[in-house]
Amino acid sequence: MELNFTSEQQAFRQQVRQWLAAHVPAEPLASFDTAAGFQQHRDWEATLNKGRWGMVTWPEDLGGRGCDLIEWLIFEEEYWRAGAPLRVNQNGIFLLGPTLMEYGTDAQKAEILPKMATGEEVWAQGWSEPGAGSDMAAIRSRADLSEDGSHYVINGQKTWSTRAVWADQCFGMFRTDPESKRHRGLTFILVPLNLEGITVRPIPQLDGLPGFAEIFFDNVKVPVERRLGGEGEGWQVAMATAGFERGLMLRSPARFQETARRLVQLYRDNRESADRDPAIRDRVLRAYMDAESYCLTTYQTASRLMAGGKIGAESSTNKIFWSELDRNMHATAMSILGARAELLPHAPDAEGVGTWLDGWLFSQSGPIYAGTNEIQRNIIAERMLGMPRV
Amino acid sequence: MDFTFTEDQLLFQESVRDFLVNEVTAERIRARWDSESGRDQALWQQLAELGLTGMTVPEECGGLGLSSVDFILLAQECGYVALPEPLLENVLVAVPTLIDIADAGLNAQWLPKIAAGEARVAVGVDANPFVEDADAADLLLLQYGEELHAVPTTETSLTRNPSVDPSRRLFRVDWQPSSVSCVASGESAAGLIEMMVNRGALAAAAQALGLAQRMIDLAVAYTSERQQFGQPIGSFQAVKHHMADIAVRLDYARAPVYRAAWSVAHGLDTASRDVSHAKLVACEAADLAAQHTIQVHGAMGYTWEVDLHIFMKKAWALNSAWGDAGLHKQRVGDAIFGDARSIGAGGTFP
Repeated sequence: MELNFTSEQQAFRQQVRQWLAAHVPAEPLASFDTAAGFQQHRDWEATLNKGRWGMVTWPEDLGGRGCDLIEWLIFEEEYWRAGAPLRVNQNGIFLLGPTLMEYGTDAQKAEILPKMATGEEVWAQGWSEPGAGSDMAAIRSRADLSEDGSHYVINGQKTWSTRAVWADQCFGMFRTDPESKRHRGLTFILVPLNLEGITVRPIPQLDGLPGFAEIFFDNVKVPVERRLGGEGEGWQVAMATAGFERGLMLRSPARFQETARRLVQLYRDNRESADRDPAIRDRVLRAYMDAESYCLTTYQTASRLMAGGKIGAESSTNKIFWSELDRNMHATAMSILGARAELLPHAPDAEGVGTWLDGWLFSQSGPIYAGTNEIQRNIIAERMLGMPRV
Repeated sequence: MDFTFTEDQLLFQESVRDFLVNEVTAERIRARWDSESGRDQALWQQLAELGLTGMTVPEECGGLGLSSVDFILLAQECGYVALPEPLLENVLVAVPTLIDIADAGLNAQWLPKIAAGEARVAVGVDANPFVEDADAADLLLLQYGEELHAVPTTETSLTRNPSVDPSRRLFRVDWQPSSVSCVASGESAAGLIEMMVNRGALAAAAQALGLAQRMIDLAVAYTSERQQFGQPIGSFQAVKHHMADIAVRLDYARAPVYRAAWSVAHGLDTASRDVSHAKLVACEAADLAAQHTIQVHGAMGYTWEVDLHIFMKKAWALNSAWGDAGLHKQRVGDAIFGDARSIGAGGTFP
């Protein structure tokens, strides 16, 4: 055990910090769930990529820096500290990117990854269907191989597809074997969203903005080269993607530590009114400790993975821990803000409310998406603790 | 930056776990409850022969000269079996305190004997007023206001305070401080006493991790066997989710305990904050484990006969031993409410 950074790691941190200080926009960008904000975020991805800071864990020949997990954590810490924009293409760079590197053909990698890196192509995901939510193996959307084997014909519907309103591409699972049941006979396919026969219908989220969408497929022809992995192996490929999602790459501790830092500051700024509720000090303390525990545990997991370990069911404890932490922190902030908590940021008397309300709304989604926390608890009980399945 | 334990540390943990699981069975713990001393002298000798009593004693005094980081996984295993013998109080608290006091005469007299398993030292501070195993100790390290004293047990009067956990043997110590027994005063005593609390709380936190794991293991085994409505009760989602909740809290309590061991071993100025954080989250995990595992045991959990209560009661006791939640929350609060700029992303490691 050695809980100090090496001088190389410290130098790397300085390098990240200096670049961000020179490039992070002074004014926050508009929400990427608006047309203008989406374009601003796409431009930011291009800026990041020019500095080679877009995908630090990607190999150097793909525009990355080949960073290990500790360097990635350092990068994220600086990124969140600097208040840099959210990543509009996170479905692409953190989920599909690593999956492509593992399962993609050379041609697929050459075609897709560079455009993903520059933000030229932003990716949406297509997992859920009206009848397949927590029960993802109930997918019914069909992809039928043409007789000459050159393309698939897709029919069906995806829903809750994040970023799909303005995205260029979508990845998802489709049933290629009509006789198949459950997780067999599914195939992972990469679908350009401008193809004929696709209709995208925006769905406003809790904040009123169209952060996700329904996607309808009506005889959509997709070249067979857009299949990722083998036919009928979609489940296996998707599990790798879901593993990245629940695992390390998306929920970097820095995000929650910065929320905890802002919460401590909010408590200090409103101490007199906050202390009338004796629970608040405790909840703020807990926010600090849990964010810190999350960071420490992530460094421990990263160290273990770098030493050759594998990620297992702990990705399920991870999902529960960060999503409940995030909701609790924002709930505490709402309590501290009192009567001002419900005011929208542009309300005339909304002084000092910051972005807490937006964060509070968003925190409602954490325990639901990427596998509900109830599903995660089942996974923990059965796969980690070895409790009996029915 | 490397948050892993070495191969040697993990192997040692494994061999100590095997030894303890074999030697410290629930049956033998119950036998101690019925004995006068409440302790197993033969086991203490075995612990000494394995080098455990001397792990933190310097090599020139017959020990192994290891740190709290080296011992933290073993402390966890002591919790797993609810070891009644005061190994951690000696190895993780008393010995490092003697080393910190740096009184050559005191060290020469006691450290070799502790390493050999021939002497024991017990510790009493205001934050942990009931002195564990004082009756079996040869020397007591006692806080007296702003002074620290080293007092032979023979010069004290002990009054036993029975605990809900029959394995714990707690004593009120009545004694007269003197200039002879005083080993530190003023600022140096305050520093020593703060570190004693840190070391004791760290030992409690590590044990809490082991206790939580043991309660999980017992409850998983029980709910996999016990049938109702024609199936194991462990297949019901309500039971699974109780157990999963413990696993989540326990998974995220370990790293804070290991970090606290590092901070104590390296004398970092964040040691008190880090230990208090570790103690709070580890004891909360064990407390939740107690609450949910007695529930899934049903009426069996409420009996004297089922072993669960051996571990549950120790977890309850450790909650408030070596500083209750109030003390530890105060210390974390002092560290973070002073200056919010010192926390946040990138501030975890010095």
